[in-house]
Amino acid sequence: MMRFLLRRLGHAAFLLLGVSVLAFAFSTLAPGNYFDEMRLNPQISAERLSALRAKYQVDRPVAVRYERWAVALLHGDLGFSFAYNTPVAPLLWTRARNTLLLTGTATLLVWMLALPLGVWSAERLGRPVDVALSWATAVLLIVPDLALALGLLVLAVRSGWLPTGGMVSVGFEGFSLGQKIRDLALHMVLPVTVLVASALPVLLRHVRAAVAEALEASFLRAAEGHGIPRWRLLYRYALPAAAHPLIALFGFSLGALLSGSLLVEVVMSWPGLGPFLLEAILARDLYVVIGGVLLSTLFLVAGNFAADLLLYWADPRIRAGAPER
Amino acid sequence: MEPVIRVEKLVKRYAGRGLGRRSAGFTAVDSVSFSILPGSTLALVGESGSGKSSIGLCLSCLEQVTSGQIWFEGRDVAALADKELRAVRPKLQMVFQDPAASLNPRWAVREIVAEPLLVQGRVARDDRAERAAQGLERVGLGAEYLERRPAELSGGQRQRVAIARALILEPKLLILDEVLSALDVSIQAQIANLLVELQRALGLAYLFITHDLRIAAYLADEVAVMDRGKIVEQGEAEKILRSSECAETQRLLGAARVERESVDAVRQR
Amino acid sequence: MNGTRGKTDLRRVLEVRDLCVGYGRRGGGVWRALSGVSFGVGAGEILAVLGESGSGKTTLATAMLRLLPGNGRITGGEILLEGRDLARMDAVELRRVRGSAVSIIFQEPSLALHPTIKVGEQIGEVLRAHATRNKRERSERVREILAKVFSGDIERIFSSYPHELSGGQQQRVLIAQAIACEPALVIADEPTASLDPTTQSEILVLFRSLRDALGIAFIFITHNPALLAGFADRVLVLYAGKVAEAGATRDVLFAPRHPYTQALLKCVPQVEPAGAVGRKSPLPVIAGAPPSLGVLSQGCVFEPRCEERMEICPVREPMSAVVGEGHEVACLKFSA
Repeated sequence: MMRFLLRRLGHAAFLLLGVSVLAFAFSTLAPGNYFDEMRLNPQISAERLSALRAKYQVDRPVAVRYERWAVALLHGDLGFSFAYNTPVAPLLWTRARNTLLLTGTATLLVWMLALPLGVWSAERLGRPVDVALSWATAVLLIVPDLALALGLLVLAVRSGWLPTGGMVSVGFEGFSLGQKIRDLALHMVLPVTVLVASALPVLLRHVRAAVAEALEASFLRAAEGHGIPRWRLLYRYALPAAAHPLIALFGFSLGALLSGSLLVEVVMSWPGLGPFLLEAILARDLYVVIGGVLLSTLFLVAGNFAADLLLYWADPRIRAGAPER
Repeated sequence: MEPVIRVEKLVKRYAGRGLGRRSAGFTAVDSVSFSILPGSTLALVGESGSGKSSIGLCLSCLEQVTSGQIWFEGRDVAALADKELRAVRPKLQMVFQDPAASLNPRWAVREIVAEPLLVQGRVARDDRAERAAQGLERVGLGAEYLERRPAELSGGQRQRVAIARALILEPKLLILDEVLSALDVSIQAQIANLLVELQRALGLAYLFITHDLRIAAYLADEVAVMDRGKIVEQGEAEKILRSSECAETQRLLGAARVERESVDAVRQR
Repeated sequence: MNGTRGKTDLRRVLEVRDLCVGYGRRGGGVWRALSGVSFGVGAGEILAVLGESGSGKTTLATAMLRLLPGNGRITGGEILLEGRDLARMDAVELRRVRGSAVSIIFQEPSLALHPTIKVGEQIGEVLRAHATRNKRERSERVREILAKVFSGDIERIFSSYPHELSGGQQQRVLIAQAIACEPALVIADEPTASLDPTTQSEILVLFRSLRDALGIAFIFITHNPALLAGFADRVLVLYAGKVAEAGATRDVLFAPRHPYTQALLKCVPQVEPAGAVGRKSPLPVIAGAPPSLGVLSQGCVFEPRCEERMEICPVREPMSAVVGEGHEVACLKFSA
């Protein structure tokens, strides 16, 4: 067990290192930097500019800058944002928190919907209700997220039931706790709906396929032959047997928590990590970009790692190192 | 007479896998030696776990031996590199127990039987088709089977196809790993007869791996009994079956004999 | 075909009458897997069903508990378990009966057990489905059952996963599941097919001891006649979905009357070789192959392969005829 964990952790560390190097390299080697943009601004004098450049050591060779950044990272310092003139870490953290609120809720909802629906579908494979559901998911799959997001926004504007963007209303600070929660929730409805609608079809199909395959297995018929009740057959026997692909997908879900909602955040003006990073990239705010990329990668890696752990826990055959049937 | 194949002190160890207590490796084959004369059959008899299948895999060069030698056509095939093995493989073919698993379900019989020709290269497509048809005929299947898929065949028919495939490169030694075990009794008889006939017609040597002493008794000239990786008894089939003193052989015979005795007992009631 | 039944025997556990089972074909129409199968099983009796692939034996096993795959259905007949007709039971009643009044043991033990649930728990599930709710009570009971089926090492087996057990052990676990609620009848479909000969004998001995100790009747389905002597009380020979012959083991195995049974038994090689000359002379075989399921034939279904065929055989279907006490044969030699 320990060896397994350590090996996986080693992989993860290696991956993070690699990503940081690549991110740094691409960002610095891309033409232009923050200060070039500033040059176009007549209000900033040339001396001021060269002072800033010296301060941020923009002219030093890439490798040196990387090394300094890496060392700082090990001390928990993610660098400094040129645009905001503050350390990167707190900036990223606020934004990441907002994103997680959205994606966390959406992921929870998606799984809570996909599992029972998928099991229900798999049981009725090929029959009218299953076919109908397949069609519905196909439609959802085809409709682009953007169209869905914009469509819902239009609906919100027209009907006035829901806020049309942003995370909180004006005057949020002054609300009571109850009002705050309500306000936040209302703002979340649209973006969460879009996220769920875009992730549900794929997950549902996978659950359906995995469970349908498990339902064909001999051990399931054997259990049926023992008089085990239907719901137990589905949830205690079939679903765990379908765990493999589903756990892998769950790992992806976790991994995409920070990175999967860019479009929605931009369209719905949700102050999350996505738009923030976008802005930073356009402005060549180097350390914000790298910090953001690294944070996303961390989640991705952690998500996969969690999936590996879950799989290890869920399947005793992997623990024993036995070949799978 | 020179034996077709001579195995000397073959050892096969499987390395430990996994992370738990079960990760210690284990010795499947523990210094086994035997030889097979051309045109004759050696039956390797034992229960599961005795190592007999591992020997089959080593002889057909599908598994790497841990140590020991396998002398075939004057060379030690256990020590050959992959490239040199290519020339040897056609002469040492294997047929497996489960015909459903060893035949590609998406291919037609014709393609399955001709596949070894494809792998060896140098045979034109028309030739391949012709030789596949001949191969099928030899195992008692007519041309109407050429375009069928394995799913449309019965267990016995699938085994015939597997045998045809194994014979298409004209091997000298055929390794038969539990080839009859998954078949019905009456089909076992058919395939056993086919194997005997083929041996006579083509001068093949067989290594017949089984846990069933009855069939071994019928088919084999020599029998080697295995227990936990070692050969515990070896010799002429007749002698072993009539007058063996080895415990493991007695045990295997005993299981078979008990049925015989109860048969007599019931008869006398 | 009328089964081996004279007056209604009240101690009969199972009575199957004229069972017909078919599989729906893709283009419509039905593949007949079983036609008019009738037989009975007495309390504590071991009935062997002898049949090769294509005989319908697995269909018989699964039909009795209504576990046929999606396109299979019972198209006629009755399956009377202690008086109740399984063929017409509703789903609720059926679920109650399965595992408690009659159990089935499927082929391939490694596939019939859930791969990621411990074995003790899987046996416990059967108990739980039929009323033992209390967890501690269940565990205790499972250990008791394991003790009946295994000779030792109960604790380790209880907390093992299926892949940690050998083929023989897995089979014993299946047996433990089957007897957990002490049913009146257990149907075992080729329970020894994938096992070594010594393990095979051990399992057969286990069946007998369970019958002796608990009075459970067994239907033992197999394609191997060699297993049956000294083990089964009665034998039913199935060919192409119909009963060819049925009777006491002694009669069917040693004085078989149906040409198929006779030919089948000759195919079993003997242990003692007939000497150097006898070895490798061709084994007796049954020429040809079994008919594909459900091809409607007029007349006797075995006729194309029969060595004793008569002129009337391709024309008329044989009805069962009594040729001895409790011994019936469906062959025109005896009924025409």
